Parts: sequence; C-alpha cells; structure tokens
Amino acid sequence: MISLKSAIKNSKAYLCLECGKCTSVCPVSKFNKGFSPRVLVNRTLRYSENDILTNKNIWACLTCAMCDLRCPADIAYIDLTQATRLEAQKLGEEAICSHGGAAQAMMRIMTATNLQQKRMDWVDNDLKVAEKGEVLYFVGCLPHFDILFSDKGVHTIRNAKSSVKILNYLGITPAVMPQERCCGHDLLWSGDMENFKKLAEYNINEIKKTGAKKVVFSCPEGYRTFKIDYPKYFDVDFEVQHITELLRDAINEGKLKFREIDKVITFQDPCRLGRHLGIYDAPRKVLSSIQKLKLTEMQRSKKRAVCCGVSAWMNCSFYSKRIQMLRLKEAKETGAELFVLSCPKCEIHFNCAMKEEEARDDIKIPTEQLVTFVADALT
Amino acid sequence: MAKNFIPKIVAFCCNWSTAPVVNKAVESDAQFPPNIKIVKLMCGGMVTLAFILKAFELGADGVFVATCRVEDCHYVTGARRAVDVCDNTKKLIDMLGFEPGRFKLGRFSSLEHKVFEKAINEFIGVIKKMGPSPIKVQRRTTASTSR
Ligand code: SF4
Ligand code: SF4
Repeated sequence: MISLKSAIKNSKAYLCLECGKCTSVCPVSKFNKGFSPRVLVNRTLRYSENDILTNKNIWACLTCAMCDLRCPADIAYIDLTQATRLEAQKLGEEAICSHGGAAQAMMRIMTATNLQQKRMDWVDNDLKVAEKGEVLYFVGCLPHFDILFSDKGVHTIRNAKSSVKILNYLGITPAVMPQERCCGHDLLWSGDMENFKKLAEYNINEIKKTGAKKVVFSCPEGYRTFKIDYPKYFDVDFEVQHITELLRDAINEGKLKFREIDKVITFQDPCRLGRHLGIYDAPRKVLSSIQKLKLTEMQRSKKRAVCCGVSAWMNCSFYSKRIQMLRLKEAKETGAELFVLSCPKCEIHFNCAMKEEEARDDIKIPTEQLVTFVADALT
Repeated sequence: MAKNFIPKIVAFCCNWSTAPVVNKAVESDAQFPPNIKIVKLMCGGMVTLAFILKAFELGADGVFVATCRVEDCHYVTGARRAVDVCDNTKKLIDMLGFEPGRFKLGRFSSLEHKVFEKAINEFIGVIKKMGPSPIKVQRRTTASTSR
C-alpha cells in the first residue's frame, strides 16, 4: 500500500507554490472558511505525518477535483487525499458518515461472499436481461438507494430500467448479475481499503463468470472506480464504458431515433464523469441529437461545474447544503425547465436540498436523469 | 450448522415500555437468555436503519426492536416512526440477502414481561433454526456517525 511519502511523490505535492488557487476555486472553502486545500497540502509537506492524518479536514473534501484542474503546479490533490485517508484510517481515524453510517454498513455487509441477495426486482417484464453475455450492465447500488432515501422521493432505479431499455433498443441483451456487489467507491474514498478490495475482487470474479467483454455503467462513480481504481490493484480484462459514450457511438452510427421534445434543459456534469474522466462532450452530443431540445449551459459548466456537495456519504453538513443551493440557483437561472443529471447521488443530494425548509422557489427545479430522459425520447 | 450454536442477538429497547419489562424478566426468571445485548433507547422512535444495519454488520445473528404499543408511545409519535423505519429496514435487509426472520419488531406494554420473554425466546428459536448470520465480523470498529 502507498505510504504518505510516496503519495506526496506521486501527486507531486512537493511542487506546491502556495498560490492558493486551489482554495479560491474549492466549493467547500467558499463556505467553510476553516477548510483550505492549500493549507492541507502545506501541512502534509511541513508538519509531522501525524498532524495531517489526525486533521479532521481531510474528510471534508468532496474529491471533486476542481482544485486539481486549477493548480498551476499540476498537483493531483485528490490522489493525495485518497492516500491520506487510507493512511489515516490505519491510525483509527475515521470519517463522519452521514445517515448514521447506514450506507457504509450496507457496503461492508456486501463484502460477505455467501449472501443470497434479492436485488433484481426492478427488472420489469418488458426488459430483456441475461445471465451471461458479451455486454454486462453494472447496476450499482441503485436498488438500495431507493430504500435508503425513500424519504427524498427519488427513484434512482429508473436509471437501471432505462439503461437496459436503451441497450435492448440497440439489440443488446445485457447480462445483469443477481449477486453483484457495490463497486466500493465510497469505501475507498472513506479510507477503507480492506473492504474496498474485497468488493472489487468479488465483482471482478463474478464478471468473469458471465463471460462479459464489455461492462456498461450508468453510474459515473462505478465507472471511475472500475476504470481507474480497480486496475491499480487487480487484473481487469474487460472493457468498461459509460452509457453516454455508448449512446454517442450509437448516434454517430445512426442507430437511435428520437421523438421531438420541445423543452429547455440544463445539464450537470458529475465530478466523476467530468473532471475525473474528462467526459464532457458525449452527454451533450446525446442531448443535442434530440430535435427541438434546447440545452442551456449554467454559468459554470463542463470543467468548471460545481459538485453536488457531498461525496461517499460522509460529511454532509451545513456547507453541503449551501453548495447544493448555489448550484440549484445556477441551474434555475438558466431558465431551464428541467435539470438533467447523470449521477444517482446528484439526484439524491439536489432533491434533499430542495426539501430544506429554507429552500425557496428560486432553487426549485425538477430533475431527471439523462438516461431516463433519453430512453423516454426513443421512438 | 454447529450444534452448540448460540445466536448473538441485539435488542433495541424503548426506555418506557420494554426496558422495565426486560428488568422484570431478568429478575423474575433465571431462564432469561443471556446472549442478548440490550441497547436501551430513550424512545423506540430513535431506532434508525443505520443502527440495525450496523448490528448486522458487526455480526449479530438477529436484531429485535421492542417499542411501546403505537397508542401508548410516551412521546406520542415515536412508536409509529419505529414502524416506518422497521418496514424500510426489512426491505433493505431482505434485498441484502438476510432471511426475513432475522429481524423483528415487537410491541409491548410495560407490564407484559411474560409476553416479552415469550416473544424473545420464540425469536431466538427461529434464529437457532436458521443458523449463524452470513456476515462475518467485518472490522473492529465502525465509522463515527452523524444523523
Ligand atoms: S477536490 Fe474539490 S472539495 Fe476537495 S479540496 Fe479540491 S476543490 Fe475542494
Ligand atoms: S493550487 Fe496547487 S500550487 Fe497552488 S496552493 Fe493549491 S496545491 Fe499548491
């Protein structure tokens, strides 16, 4: 495992110029004046290891990578944060988990290999899925989120239904694993390497059994984890693809036909899809191929898109709500009728913010996921 | 299943109805099973999905939630809230692959220590038949939490 020293080396943190540009663009620092990535980088470099590992602020970062992009010294701040958390956890330091730690408990429960999960109820009769196949659709925690966050009135499982509908439309019957596990994204980012590895290993083995050559994701976090993090620790011998990339390719080949939709929408780039993986154009290409649909960009979009305020189910706070309200206001100001998202967590977080008592009409905007929007537009 | 399997049970008990019931049951009957960990809550309505999941995560073979009867709740709405929380929890632990019988909600008045004793012994009987939980203890501690 990576020690803090090698993390400093790998992330090039030693190049820090102390310019503070990271802090100036950080959405957390904007509201939480006690939090500054510049200060954290500096403490990592100048103080004892113990100082940074016991610093509570290492858990407050959203790992949204806004600072990474802005940094003139090209420091990989989120990689440093990930490594710091892994080290901190070894000392017994822990994140403050939101929702009483229910999500993390659920993920650790999933590390048991002998569970007989019942997670396939969402597969309606008109959807075609298989046990084996060249293409596999990775569902992620969508069925669980809808139970955990039933009070938020979200239906993230529609992502899975729509994704399968799109794949079926393209003549693909995807394999779906009834004993799939959480991808481990949240455990990794909250420093629990041991359980992350258990989940990763289990998933990779299960995928092998299905014979899949390509795994398709609708969840940007799962996609990032499979694309960037799994190969760091395990051999991954299948291709991974986000559904927006698959849709883009299908549109380029002229395989998708949409009905006209006369609407004005705006689109939220999720951190994992955008800044982490650089996918900005695929979702826009997909949306722009729907006739009459007008996409208006928010004041800050693509590389500069603001995060939805919480990551890995930890540290949800007053500041998260401020960030969410700020972003919702930007969405509303575009004049769009619909806020199109492409991450289940964005949906949960933004809808939660809109349910706040202090939420006024200037931040209330209906949300919909890109895949469901596109699947409904298919003719 | 091991012959001498002694299930680990966690019982979340409301302070007003079931905590006194537990005390009475323990005092009056030497047969009261010793393998139950009682977690006293000031109100049954305090129980959350996270409490229950965490008990399972840490290796409980069964989780019992004991509250007042809905109409007797000391805080008026707590017992009703517990019902909602437990309904939701049931859905989730079912999805995760636990047998439905591993989790139970019971309602008691503060005088019903015999009823409670019977219910808990029945519950333990069911768990004994099922055998140990599929979960092996994941780790020593779990993350600190906020609500
Ligand atoms: S990753 Fe995002 S939240 Fe974390 S320090 Fe950088 S800008 Fe701030
Ligand atoms: S932007 Fe980069 S160089 Fe500037 S203070 Fe932040 S980490 Fe250091």
